[in-house]
Amino acid sequence: MITVKKLVKRFGLKAVLRGVDFDVQPGEFVALLGPNGAGKTTFLRILASLSRPSLGEVSIAGYKLPGEAAQVRARLGVVSHLPLLYGDLTAEENLRFYARMYGILDYETRITEVLDMVGLAPRRRDLVRTYSRGMQQRLAIGRAVLHDPDVMLFDEPYTGLDQDASSMLDDVLKTVAAQGRTVVMTSHDLARAEELATRFDILSRGVIAASATSRQLKRSNLLTFYKQALAG
Amino acid sequence: MTIKTSITNRVSKTAERSQSSGNFFRAVFAVFWKDVQAEYRSRELFSAMLVFSLLIIIIFNFALELDIKTRQSVTAGVLWATFAFAGTLGLNRSMAIEKDRGCLDGLLLAPVDRSAIYFGKVLSNLAFMLIVEAIVLPIYSVLYNVNLFQSGLLFVILLGSIGYTAVGTLLATMSIQTRTRDILLPILLFPVVIPVLLAAVKASGGFLEGESFSDLSSSINLLIGYDIIFIATSFMVFDSIVEE
Amino acid sequence: MKSKPLALKILDAVAVILLLVAAYLAIFVAPTERVMGDVQRVFYFHVGTAWVALIGFVFTACLSVIYLVTRNLKWDRIQVAAVEVSVVFFLITIILGSIWARPAWNTWWTWDPRLTTAAITELIYIAYFMLRQGIDDPDRRARFGAVYALIGGLSAPITFFAIRLFRTIHPVVIAGTNAEAEGTFSMTADMRSAFFFALFAFTVIFIDLFWNRIRLGETQDIVEQLKLKVTM
Repeated sequence: MITVKKLVKRFGLKAVLRGVDFDVQPGEFVALLGPNGAGKTTFLRILASLSRPSLGEVSIAGYKLPGEAAQVRARLGVVSHLPLLYGDLTAEENLRFYARMYGILDYETRITEVLDMVGLAPRRRDLVRTYSRGMQQRLAIGRAVLHDPDVMLFDEPYTGLDQDASSMLDDVLKTVAAQGRTVVMTSHDLARAEELATRFDILSRGVIAASATSRQLKRSNLLTFYKQALAG
Repeated sequence: MTIKTSITNRVSKTAERSQSSGNFFRAVFAVFWKDVQAEYRSRELFSAMLVFSLLIIIIFNFALELDIKTRQSVTAGVLWATFAFAGTLGLNRSMAIEKDRGCLDGLLLAPVDRSAIYFGKVLSNLAFMLIVEAIVLPIYSVLYNVNLFQSGLLFVILLGSIGYTAVGTLLATMSIQTRTRDILLPILLFPVVIPVLLAAVKASGGFLEGESFSDLSSSINLLIGYDIIFIATSFMVFDSIVEE
Repeated sequence: MKSKPLALKILDAVAVILLLVAAYLAIFVAPTERVMGDVQRVFYFHVGTAWVALIGFVFTACLSVIYLVTRNLKWDRIQVAAVEVSVVFFLITIILGSIWARPAWNTWWTWDPRLTTAAITELIYIAYFMLRQGIDDPDRRARFGAVYALIGGLSAPITFFAIRLFRTIHPVVIAGTNAEAEGTFSMTADMRSAFFFALFAFTVIFIDLFWNRIRLGETQDIVEQLKLKVTM
């Protein structure tokens, strides 16, 4: 589903990603872990087609970036730590806007479906400005699944959420994953990642330092694995 | 509160997307309409521009201490100076909204040509500017007892506003991505928008003094030419200023 | 780091010599103009520097297009050099124009097309540098600079022709084409040779400064690279 070969990203003379190889099969839920500054956000932005690679190849769902970016975007749903929502519009107006941008035909039905899925149907006519952070994040996920993407990218989605909101987000993420989508999620929260993901990749100093599936990690602890990868 | 997990199969039917080329225009309209809706709710942009315009007119009144005769000849200039300054407020705010909540990324993630975002923004910025102008004109007319409702003048105001917002939207998109942000826009915009001001003032003044269309054809042609050149150029380069 | 190429060293010397010769011709050899007297001699330098500024201007606009098409940062470096040389020479042109205007037409400034457009172009270039200064990422800096220089490059000529819709008092030097222009003068053969020599001298000066500035930019890049190596 996602194929990345020898990806290099430079900002001027500074190389943030130095040859990343990354392969994700359809339906996998990959937790991308790593210390601050490792390049996780940069990497995700490249996958999201918001940033261009300096060197290397990236292809998603069979389409190459940056050449076939428009086709990729149609199959991609992105949730970052910023909500990407308009505070002065209601939840349904926000979704309507994005539905139009994605060219969805029968958007009223779809919007209702999505609002049900993320549990925000009763507050659909409220301004997003009045939503709590947790609710905004859930709506953001709703926005991201609106066009039924094959691949979803989550960049630190739990940032700023309290316990309740976090467990609600867990449910939504599990639903999304159960729908057969391919997911890549960056996170600082190892415990959460362990619960949700089927695979763990550690990004350190601009390369993938280690990768293991949840099955492989059954005996050893994720934390130990993580620390080992960073040290090595 | 529980989240419904009843949808276990992908509901590809309701999320079906259109594959037509009408997507571009739909996206342009979506961006435009979104801006109009948001502005209708908050009225931040609009009220700021309007109040600022009226304040500028008042300042000019004291700064230029004119007798009635001289005032007639500077009406065009005062109007356009007002529009030019108030316009930067609207442009800045319009793009800042996108930047602040990361919404620009949201726009860039849509599977449409980036220029659709440009055109949508130009249309909404133009709409706001025209609405403000539509309110300023009668107020100025009343304050200075001059009739500003001539078709020639209104036409010039339309053309001038189009040129101004076409370049302004492009430059505002750049300036909000820099460290200096708001302050930079007037510095970037004013030197390059001078042809618009020149021609617009000349034509506006001409119409107010009763000159005909043919007398002022060179100014009007300049405005039209400028509008076309800069809409075309901005449309072509917009992509390169929003990518990373 | 390469040392200054021999060709450039020779060019430096040639440029200085040409400048001195042009100055000598302008101040001592060319005949005194009948109406304006000695102050007219400023004209040789004024047009020379205006000429240089204009070359820089045309280069800048072309370089914008070249950079946006090739995305090679080397063109950005060259554009910065062109803009810098232009900025300085427009300034000198404006100052010399002012010096000439005062005794000749009894005013420090004339709002005629050429001088006004020069001032506006100067402001566009200053805005160019202010824009670049607010951007950290070199690639984005280059792109934004190129786009703005392109917009400015299209706007300035339009400004010039727009102002021309009004009357001018700028001297139309070679055989008055504009009957309304005050203070025109026609040139004798001696004046012509001093004039064209000055143009030639200033063209060489432009090439010399331009080349030097590009070299300076290259050296700056090398320093940046070395700095990065040291901090890593």
